[in-house]
Amino acid sequence: MATTRILEWLGRFYIVLLLGFLYLPIIIMAAMSFNASPFYQLPFEWTTDWYASLWQNDQLIAATWNSIEIAVITTIISTVLGAMASLALYRYEFRGKKVLQALLFPPIAIPWLITGTAMLIFFFGIGIGRGLVAILLGHVALALPYVIVVVSARLQTFAPELEEAARSLGANQWQVTMRITLPWIMPGVIAGGLFAFAVSFDQFVVSYFLSTPGQTTLPVEIYAAIRKGFTPEINAVSTIIIVVSMALMLLTARFFKFGGEK
Amino acid sequence: MAGVQVANVSRSFGAHKALDDVSIDFADGGFYALLGPSGSGKTTLLRQIAGFDFPDSGRIAIGGESVERVPVEKRRIGMVFQNYALFPNMSVADNVAFGLSVRGEAKATIAAEVQRALDLVQLGKLGARKPHQLSGGQRQRVALARAIVTKPRVLLLDEPLGALDKALRVDMQIELKRIQREIGITTIFVTHDQEEALTMSDRIGILRDGRLVQEGPPEEIYDRPQSEFAATFLGDANIFRGNATGNGILLADGTTIAAAVGDRLVPGAKASCAVRPERIQISTGVVKPDTGNANSLKGQVSKRIFAGNNSTYFVDRDGQTLKVIVQNTGAERLAEGEPVVLSWSPDSTVLIAA
Repeated sequence: MATTRILEWLGRFYIVLLLGFLYLPIIIMAAMSFNASPFYQLPFEWTTDWYASLWQNDQLIAATWNSIEIAVITTIISTVLGAMASLALYRYEFRGKKVLQALLFPPIAIPWLITGTAMLIFFFGIGIGRGLVAILLGHVALALPYVIVVVSARLQTFAPELEEAARSLGANQWQVTMRITLPWIMPGVIAGGLFAFAVSFDQFVVSYFLSTPGQTTLPVEIYAAIRKGFTPEINAVSTIIIVVSMALMLLTARFFKFGGEK
Repeated sequence: MAGVQVANVSRSFGAHKALDDVSIDFADGGFYALLGPSGSGKTTLLRQIAGFDFPDSGRIAIGGESVERVPVEKRRIGMVFQNYALFPNMSVADNVAFGLSVRGEAKATIAAEVQRALDLVQLGKLGARKPHQLSGGQRQRVALARAIVTKPRVLLLDEPLGALDKALRVDMQIELKRIQREIGITTIFVTHDQEEALTMSDRIGILRDGRLVQEGPPEEIYDRPQSEFAATFLGDANIFRGNATGNGILLADGTTIAAAVGDRLVPGAKASCAVRPERIQISTGVVKPDTGNANSLKGQVSKRIFAGNNSTYFVDRDGQTLKVIVQNTGAERLAEGEPVVLSWSPDSTVLIAA
């Protein structure tokens, strides 16, 4: 049928458009990181100078390491705490549970600008002040609700008889959790961890409020660098980050077959 | 192995009395069915025996040892769940090994025991499969192997055959019974399927609304039900309601029904009689007095259902529909609308206090 063919082509066109929309800016940026001209001028002239000079930019490298460190620690803390909280919410009935569950969602919707201001005031009030510790605490607080939401969604598909069966076979609570429940929710925990990593690693607003000139993260450093004057070094560092994070995502997706696992 | 004693166990959930003063003695090595409609408390009782839930009052003992406050993981029971509850992330062998492994048994011991258990349920070669690669009947067997490999003191089964189709269910009934005999384990089996309860168990306990209605060997409950509920829930029964006479009941229309089975009741008290459909003879003529069928009623066939080896007749009689099952002996079949005489012996009539 002619109409089905047209629809098929429209569908393909739509997908191309969508992918273009998502990836074109990134591809251009990556291309420009290999272009000799610092002002995005064509014709394209291959160079790796920007990567070489990036290597000399201690500030950017320090900020990158800060970002990675904070993102990794945030991921670990918020994944462990979040998974434990999800299990508690799943297993136990207690007073105020509904209120607690309801209170988990608003932080996702509250603008980061407001959260950031509130954290800045709060951390000053209690004496933590600004710096990497404050950024870390802030990121954990931002990431936790995401982890809990994702892990809880996975727990909804868990059959509670599995825990009962394990207990009937003599397993204590710890063995039940480690050998039955945790393996089941693992895809959710991994996904929650990815969210936590992304929330922390991408975080600009809250980090901006909580950083000091010496103690800052990559997004804040990039912003500061752009304000001083744009250099293609930023393209270079961004390209590295994109390649690494895409590789990580693809690997995880391949290992854990999101949604498709049975 | 051990017997299980349940004494005066009650359990309420809010205002709902799920178990109301239930006492049953499960003999060592016996095969016991807990039978009842949904909401009768049979699963609640099983969960109390397993230790998933604790009674509000009363005593539960396994092998003479009080366990009513002991959590399930310390009770040394084996349980088979309605939907098998196999661990999806583990192979069949790992599923079966789980109970031994959490106990910290040596690897070699575990492997040997798992193989023995899998052989017992005739799945010796499927240890490496994942649960989702098995058929329903095979999953059932894995669940059973997993429950018995730890040598529990008692085996609890929660409607284990409910998810299987009919032919497979019959196979599994025989299989389950064979395995139970082979290892001689005390088995408590929850079901709402009366046929399953009758064919498999040594004793049956019928529950209703959290109470134990009647308890005993299947033959006894079938032949001498002590309540209308027991009579109609375990098998089919025609119930006549009236007032007790010296040896039967008097119906409202003046008909007397003689009963030789059941309790003697005070004349005049409200009472009923239960008669099994297969005990009633149906004929078009008059009943010969020498058959011993002292009870007889006239009626009209309203419907006949032919089922090959037998036929079920529904006979209308004075606003009541009676059920009669006749074996297919090759005799002439009765037509719908035909006037008939029903007759049966007082020995087939159970008198029940209302």
